[in-house]
Amino acid sequence: MNKTLISFLTLARQHRVASALLFLLVFPFLMPYDALSVNILIFGLYAVGFNLLFGYTGMLSFGHAAFLGVGSYLAGIAVVHAGWPWWAAILAGVASSALVGLVIGFLAIRTRGIYFSMVTLALGQIVYYAFYKADHWTGGENGLRGVKVEFIELPGLSINFIDPLNKYYVIYVFVALALWFLSRVLSSPFGAVIEAIRENEKRAAACGYDVARAKLLVFVLSAGICGLAGTLRALHLSIVPIDSLHYLQSGQAVMMCLLGGMGTFFGPFVGAAVFLYLEDVITNLTRYWMGVVGLVFMVFVLFFPKGIWGTLLHQLERWQRRQGGAA
Amino acid sequence: MSAVPILEVRHASRFYGKFKALSDVSVSFRAGELTAIIGPNGAGKSTFFNVISGGVPPSAGQVLFQGQDITGIAPHEFARLGIAKSFQITNVFKHLSAHENVRVALQMQTTRFQLLRPRSHYRELIERADALLARVGLQACRDKLAGDLAHGQQRSLEVAMALACEPKLLLMDEPTAGMSPEETLVMMELIRRLAQERTVILVEHKMKMVMGLCNRLIVLHHGELLVDGTPEEIRNNAEVKRVYLGQG
Repeated sequence: MNKTLISFLTLARQHRVASALLFLLVFPFLMPYDALSVNILIFGLYAVGFNLLFGYTGMLSFGHAAFLGVGSYLAGIAVVHAGWPWWAAILAGVASSALVGLVIGFLAIRTRGIYFSMVTLALGQIVYYAFYKADHWTGGENGLRGVKVEFIELPGLSINFIDPLNKYYVIYVFVALALWFLSRVLSSPFGAVIEAIRENEKRAAACGYDVARAKLLVFVLSAGICGLAGTLRALHLSIVPIDSLHYLQSGQAVMMCLLGGMGTFFGPFVGAAVFLYLEDVITNLTRYWMGVVGLVFMVFVLFFPKGIWGTLLHQLERWQRRQGGAA
Repeated sequence: MSAVPILEVRHASRFYGKFKALSDVSVSFRAGELTAIIGPNGAGKSTFFNVISGGVPPSAGQVLFQGQDITGIAPHEFARLGIAKSFQITNVFKHLSAHENVRVALQMQTTRFQLLRPRSHYRELIERADALLARVGLQACRDKLAGDLAHGQQRSLEVAMALACEPKLLLMDEPTAGMSPEETLVMMELIRRLAQERTVILVEHKMKMVMGLCNRLIVLHHGELLVDGTPEEIRNNAEVKRVYLGQG
C-alpha cells in the first residue's frame, strides 16, 4: 500500500470528525458546481443517519425516506404556512422526524430481519400516502412550493442564502454538528451496546441490556439525523418534492451505505458523493442511469461488500497487522 | 447457609403444542451448590435450562430466585438480578475484540444509556475487563476479534462475560460441548474454581464429566424428574442405568 494513503487513512481514523470536516470544508472546490456539493452534503448526512441504524445496529430499514421527507415537509410547512423563521423550521422538521421515528420504531422493532425491513417499508408508504393526500398542506403531487429562505439572519449577521457557496457553508455547520454528535454517540457506552446488539442480540440481552429500548432509541436518533438532512434539503431546494417520501429514496440510503461502506464513520458520505457524482455525469450521457446503478450495485455486493471506504480501511488494518507481526 | 433456596422451581411444565417437553418438575437449589442436570437426548434438559434462565417462560408453574418470583420476566432482567448464563451454542460478539466483549458485559452495571461520554473515560471498566480475561486465561488474546479465537477460547470468553455481572447464580448449558479433551479439562477446572464462590447449575450430556465435578446430580427423563441425588447415589441407581443403557 502507498505510504501517503496509509498515513491519510490512519489520520482519518484517529480524528474522524476533524478529518471529515476538513475534507468537507474544501469539498466544493473539487466539484464541478456548487449545487452538486450541497446535494452531496445533504445526502451524505442522510446516509450517515441511516448508517447508524443499518451499519452500526444491524437493522435494515426500507422506510427511511419517511424521515427525510417528514423533515423536509414539516420545515417547509413551517416556512410556507406558518411563516416561521429558518431556525424554527429546522427545529420543527427534526422534532417531527424524531417523533415519526418513535412511532414507526415502536411498531417495527418488534420484528427482526426481513420482517423489520418490510414493516418499515409499509409504514414508510403510509407516510407517503398521508402526505400525498393532505394536498392542502403539502401540495400533493406537485410538492410543496415556495419554501423561500433568502437570508439567514443571525444576531449582527445576515447571510445571503441564495448564493450557492454560502448555502453550502451554512448547511456545513449543521452537518458538522450532526457528525460531532454522532461520533460522540458511537464512542459512548451506548455506542458499544448497539454494536453488541448488531453482533448478537441474544447475548446482549443476557448481558443485561434491554434490547428493545436500545433499538428504539437508536431508531429515533437515526430518524432525527435523517430529518435534519430533510429540513436542510427543503431550505436548499425551496421546494419539497413528493419523491422525498418515495421508497426509491429509502433505497438510495441503502445504496449509498453499501457503496461507501456500512458501519464505517465516513463510508456513507463517500457513498453519497460517488453516487450523486456518477448520477450527475451519467445522466448527461445516457437515459439509462438506473441501469448503471444496478450494475454498480451488483459489482459492489459481489466483489466489494465492504464498500469503497470500508475496503480501504480493511486494507489499512491488514497492513497494520503485518507491521505488528513483523515488529 | 440461608434457609431460602437460591433457586426454586415449582411444578414447572413446558408444552410445545401437544408435546410435553417438561412436565411438573419441582426442585430447589441451595446457595453454594454445584449441580448438574443430566439426562439422555430429548430428556428436557435444554427446556429446563431455558425455563430457569429466561429463554422461554414455563407454560405452568413458577420459578423463584431467592424467594422472589421471576417467572416470565424479560431476559435482560436476569443479569440485573445476578443470574448469568452461558449458552450451548457459543454466543459472543464476533466482530468485537475479546476485551471489548467483556467490557460491554461489564458496562451494564455502570451505564446503559450514556450517550455523550466517551467509553475510554471509564478506566475502571477497562481494567476490570482485563482482570476477567486473565481469570479465564485469555489475557494474551485481548485484542483479537472474538470470532478469530479457537472454539474453546470462545467458550472461556463467554464464561468471562457471564462473570461480568458478578452473578450469584451461574447457569451453563453444556459448557464443554464440541470441545477437545484438553479444552474440556481446562473448562472443568475453571468451573470448579468458579463454583467455590457462587452457585453453579450446569446442564450436561456427558455423565462421566459431571460425576467427578458436582456435589449433586439431577436426572431428567421424558421431561420428568427421575432421580435427584449425589453422584454416588446416581451411579448405583437402577433406573438411571436402565434409562442410559436403554437409550444407548
